[in-house]
Amino acid sequence: MNTPTPTPLIEFRGVSKTYGQGQAAFLALRGIHLGIRQGEFLAIMGPSGSGKSTAMNILGCLDAPSEGEFTFQGVHVERLGRNQRALLRRHYLGFVFQGFNLLARTSAQENVELPLLYRGESAPKRHAAAREALARVGLSGWERHTPAELSGGQQQRVAIARAIVTQPLVLLADEPTGNLDSHRSHEIMELLVTLNREQGITVLMVTHEPDMAGYASRVVHFVDGEIARDDLQENRACS
Amino acid sequence: MFINAILLALREIRRNLMRSFLTILGIVIGVAAVITMVTLGNGATRMVGEQIASLGSNLLILRPGQSMGPAAFGAPNFRLADAEAIRAQVSALKAVAPIVSSGAPLVAGNNNWSSTVTGATNDYFIAGNWKIAAGRIFSEDEQHAGRAVCVIGATVQSKLFGHQNPVGAELRVKNFSCLVVGLLTSKGQGAMGMDQDDVVVMPLKTAQRRLTGNPQDIRVILLSMRDGAAPEPIMAQIRKLMRERRKIADNDDDNFNLMDTRQIAEILSGTISTITTLLGAVAAVSLLVGGIGIMNIMLVSVTERTREIGIRLAIGALEHEVLLQFLIEAVALSAFGGIVGILLALISCLGLSALTHMPFEFQPGINLISFAFSALIGVLFGYMPARRAARLDPIEALRHE
Repeated sequence: MNTPTPTPLIEFRGVSKTYGQGQAAFLALRGIHLGIRQGEFLAIMGPSGSGKSTAMNILGCLDAPSEGEFTFQGVHVERLGRNQRALLRRHYLGFVFQGFNLLARTSAQENVELPLLYRGESAPKRHAAAREALARVGLSGWERHTPAELSGGQQQRVAIARAIVTQPLVLLADEPTGNLDSHRSHEIMELLVTLNREQGITVLMVTHEPDMAGYASRVVHFVDGEIARDDLQENRACS
Repeated sequence: MFINAILLALREIRRNLMRSFLTILGIVIGVAAVITMVTLGNGATRMVGEQIASLGSNLLILRPGQSMGPAAFGAPNFRLADAEAIRAQVSALKAVAPIVSSGAPLVAGNNNWSSTVTGATNDYFIAGNWKIAAGRIFSEDEQHAGRAVCVIGATVQSKLFGHQNPVGAELRVKNFSCLVVGLLTSKGQGAMGMDQDDVVVMPLKTAQRRLTGNPQDIRVILLSMRDGAAPEPIMAQIRKLMRERRKIADNDDDNFNLMDTRQIAEILSGTISTITTLLGAVAAVSLLVGGIGIMNIMLVSVTERTREIGIRLAIGALEHEVLLQFLIEAVALSAFGGIVGILLALISCLGLSALTHMPFEFQPGINLISFAFSALIGVLFGYMPARRAARLDPIEALRHE
C-alpha cells in the first residue's frame, strides 16, 4: 500500500471552462480548485451538466481550461499545445471509457499493444508487455479474441489492460461500469482498487453510481460547475 | 513507426477487402489503359519502321503521276531508257530496278493461287532487300531473252507447293508455263494485312511481253541509294533528269513523283507517336478519376472510423502520426492498384499484340512512370482525408456514434 505523497500530482487552481461565445456562452466549470496526490483513488460524482465530464477531459489532457492553471507534476498543461498534451497522455496517462472503445475486428492482444506502438516499442517488447497486462486483468488465454467475441466485462478488462500496459501514473476512468451489470461492475471496481493499491496508480473515475464511488478513497461532488463536497473515505468498500 | 504504419494500413485494407478492391478499380483501369496505349503505340511505330526497312534500305520509289496514291491518269509511264539514263547519270545509286506488275492466276499441280507478278531486273532483289533461300536469281541470258522463269515468295511456295522444294518445278502463270528457279527468304507478315511474301518475280522482258502486253512501259522504278548517301541531292538530280526526259516546261508541275521510304517512315512514325501520346493522355485522365475515387472512399473511411481515430488520439497519437497512417493507407491502395494495373496491362498487351501481329516489347519506363504516378495520386488524394482525420478533436471523436 502506497502512502499518498504530500505534494499534489495534479493541481487545478481556479480552473474555468467556457463553451461557446457571447450570448450562447456556457460556463461548464467555475473556478475549480482541486489537488490530487499520487496514489489517490478519486471518484467524481454529480448530476449531468454539473461539469464532471469537462473536469475529466481537462484532467485527461484532452481539453485545455479556458482560465486558471492546471499543473501535472508541476508542468503547466494549460500552456501546452495539442501535440504536447498528446505526448503527456502517451507517457503518463491511461484511459478507460464507458463504451470500452476497443478497435473492432482487432484482437485483444493488438488492442492492448496499440499505446506501445505509438511509444515506438519493439515488437517483442510489445507482445510481452501486452500479454502481461492481459494476465494482470485476468484475461490470459484470451489474447486472440476480438471484442465481438468477448463479453462486456471482458471488453472493459481489455480496455483496462490497454490503459495500464504503459505503466501510467494516472488512470482515468469515465463511467467504467456504465455499460455493465452490477456483478461485472463490482469485478471491474475491484480490479481498479487492486491496481491502485498494488501498482500505486492514481485512479480518477467519473461515476454517477454511489455504489461504485464507494470504492474510492476520496469522492468529489460537482454541482453546477463547482465542487459542492469533497469527502475522504476511510472505510472504502471492498477494503 | 513507419513500418508499423504500413502494417496498420495493410491490415485496414485487408479488413475491407471488397471495398478496397472497388476503390482501386479506377486506378487499375487507368494504369492498365495508359500502359497498354503507350506499349501498343510504340509497337506500331516499330512495326512501321521495320516494314519500311524491309522494303529496302535507302530506297527511293519513282512513279508516274503526282500523288502518293495510284498513278494519276494521263501521266505517261516510264520507259526502260529512263531507268538506263538514271543508272548512267546518277552515281550514288547501287541499284536501279524498273518494274512492271500485274495480278495473275497461278497454278501448280492441283493447287490454285492468285498473286501479284512482278517483272523486274536482278537489281530488284538488291533494291527490295530480298535474300534467296533456295535456287538462284536470273541469268543474263534469261533476262535478255525474256525466258519464262520465275522466283517466288514463301507464301506462294506454301500455297502451291506445300513443303516440297519448288526450285525446278513448273508454275503456270496466267496462260504460260514458267520454271521456278529460286525461292525468296520470308520477310514475315506485314501489319496492315499485306503479305510481303505473296510475290512472284520474273524477268522484266518476260512480264512485259506475256503479262502486260506492252514491251516498252515501266510502271515503277525502284532506286536504292548507297549507304550513307544523302538523299536530298540524289533526289534533286533524279527529279531534274526526269523533268528533262519527260520534257516538262519550267512552270509545269512534275508528272511523276519520287518518294524516300525513310521519309515516309518518319512521317508515319511521327503520326503514330502523336496518336499514342493523345491516347495516353486520355488514359491518364481516367487515372485521375481513379484518384478521386480513392479520395471519396478515404473520406468515407475517416467518417466511419472517427471513434477509432478518437481512441488513437486519446492514447497519445500525434497529429502527424494519424495523418501518416491514413496517407499510407491511401498510397498503399493506389500503389496496389498500380501493380494490378501493370499486370492487367501486360495481359492486354500480350493479347492485343497477338491479335494484331504487332511486336510486343515490355517497356520498363512507362510501367515505372505509371506506377509512380498512381502512388503520387494516392498522396495527392489521400492527403485531404488524412488531414481531416488528424485534425479531429479527440473528445468529439470519442463521442461519435
